[in-house]
Formats: sequence, C-alpha cells, structure tokens
Amino acid sequence: MKYKYKVGCSLENLQGIRDFIRTSLKNHGISELEISEMVLALDEMCSNLMIHAHDCNPDELFDLEIAIDKNKPVVFEIIDDGSVFDINQFNEPSMDNLIHEKRKGGLGIRLVKSIMDSVEYGKSGNKNICRLVKRVQVN
Amino acid sequence: MVHIKRLQEDGIDIIAPIGEIDASSSIELDLTIAKSVGEGFSKILVDCGALEYISSAGLGVFMSYIDEFKDKNVRMVLYGMSEKVANTFEILGLYDLLTIAPDKAEAKKKVNEV
Repeated sequence: MKYKYKVGCSLENLQGIRDFIRTSLKNHGISELEISEMVLALDEMCSNLMIHAHDCNPDELFDLEIAIDKNKPVVFEIIDDGSVFDINQFNEPSMDNLIHEKRKGGLGIRLVKSIMDSVEYGKSGNKNICRLVKRVQVN
Repeated sequence: MVHIKRLQEDGIDIIAPIGEIDASSSIELDLTIAKSVGEGFSKILVDCGALEYISSAGLGVFMSYIDEFKDKNVRMVLYGMSEKVANTFEILGLYDLLTIAPDKAEAKKKVNEV
C-alpha cells in the first residue's frame, strides 16, 4: 500500500507531516513505539530538508511517500529538487562536543541513523530521492 | 504546536510543555527556560506529563543549557515522560547528560539535593 503527501517547506507543516505518517502507519500491526520512532526520524529528515535545501520557503514543495506491504520493510521516500545533503557523509560530533559547542544540528542526524536501517540517495530525472528503510513486522 | 505553562512551588519553577515540540516550536521552550533563569530561579522542574512529542530541536534546547546551568549552579530535572518521549532521550543517551526522574516527588528530591 502506498501513501503520498505533498507539502511546502514551512516548519509549521511538520505537524501535518507527523500526523500523515502516524495515520499511514497505524492499522498495519506496527507497534506504537516503532511508529513513534519512524515519525521522529522522518520529522528530522524533513525539517533538515526544509531548512538546508529550501530555506524554509513555503512555496517550494516536496513529496513524501510511504510504502507499507505485508512482510516487507517500510520504505519512505522524500522526493524534491533542492540541493542534496547526504547524512551518510556527515560525521556527527561527539555528544560532548555537542554540549560545549552548542551545536544542535548533529542530534537529529544521530537519531535518524539510530532509528533507520538504511538511508540512501538517488536521482530520477531532475528529482532527488532520499529512501529510508525500516525493518519492522508489518501485518 | 506547544503551549507551555509555568507555575512556582516552594521556590521551584515548574515548566510544563503541553503538546509537541519540534523545529517550529522549540523556540517557545528556549524562551521559557531563559525567562526562568532570568528571573533568578536556580531550581527548575520540567513536567513532561503532557509532552506528547519532542524532536532533536527540543532536545538541543535542553542540552544547550547544560554548561550554563553548571556555571550558574542551576538545577534542572525533567520528569513524568511518556514511554515514547523517554525513548527519544534514551536513543541519544541523554539520561547520562540530563537529570531525569520518573515522577514529581522524585524530581523534587533530586532538584533539592545539595
């Protein structure tokens, strides 16, 4: 089953994104805690994208797609045409540095990497596709 | 969307975020904590009982005060987290960096420790 959501790059839309993900993932036998983790990881990815690739311009839109199929991992795709920031190329600062340097950015990436099984980047035409995979039991 | 309530009890400032804290609303948390410190409170409790969600933007706010609180001798204790919210703190290992208590009684005990 595929769920699709199109949204502008305003941070105020993060609430709507989280609600879309929660609604899409429920009724598939996925635990509440696992749903909350995926919501968190996607919130982090989408807020990063809005801020760093689209300067929070509400007129710039991106697509979020979720594929949920029985006995398969859940696959999220974030599709946009901004600049690409590959979190796999980013070495998070240590937690100690995060405190002393007051760098808040690295926390979100750390969360995404901890929660998701894989984060991959690809292209389709002039669109960037960021694919996040989470292995959970889907009924 | 988050709404933040504040109340004072026995010289302790209690901050209670209600709703969801994300990149658009973390500023509210930051301003509330800054206000509390600005008013001279050295004991701060954060009641997370009605906090339904927190992303890294909100966690970053708590972390950004760690050094300042050490310098100013301010104690902050978070309590009453739901399982989901607690899980977010656990993933990042923040239980080692912040003071977190299960309930208000335990939080008061910790904030009053010398």
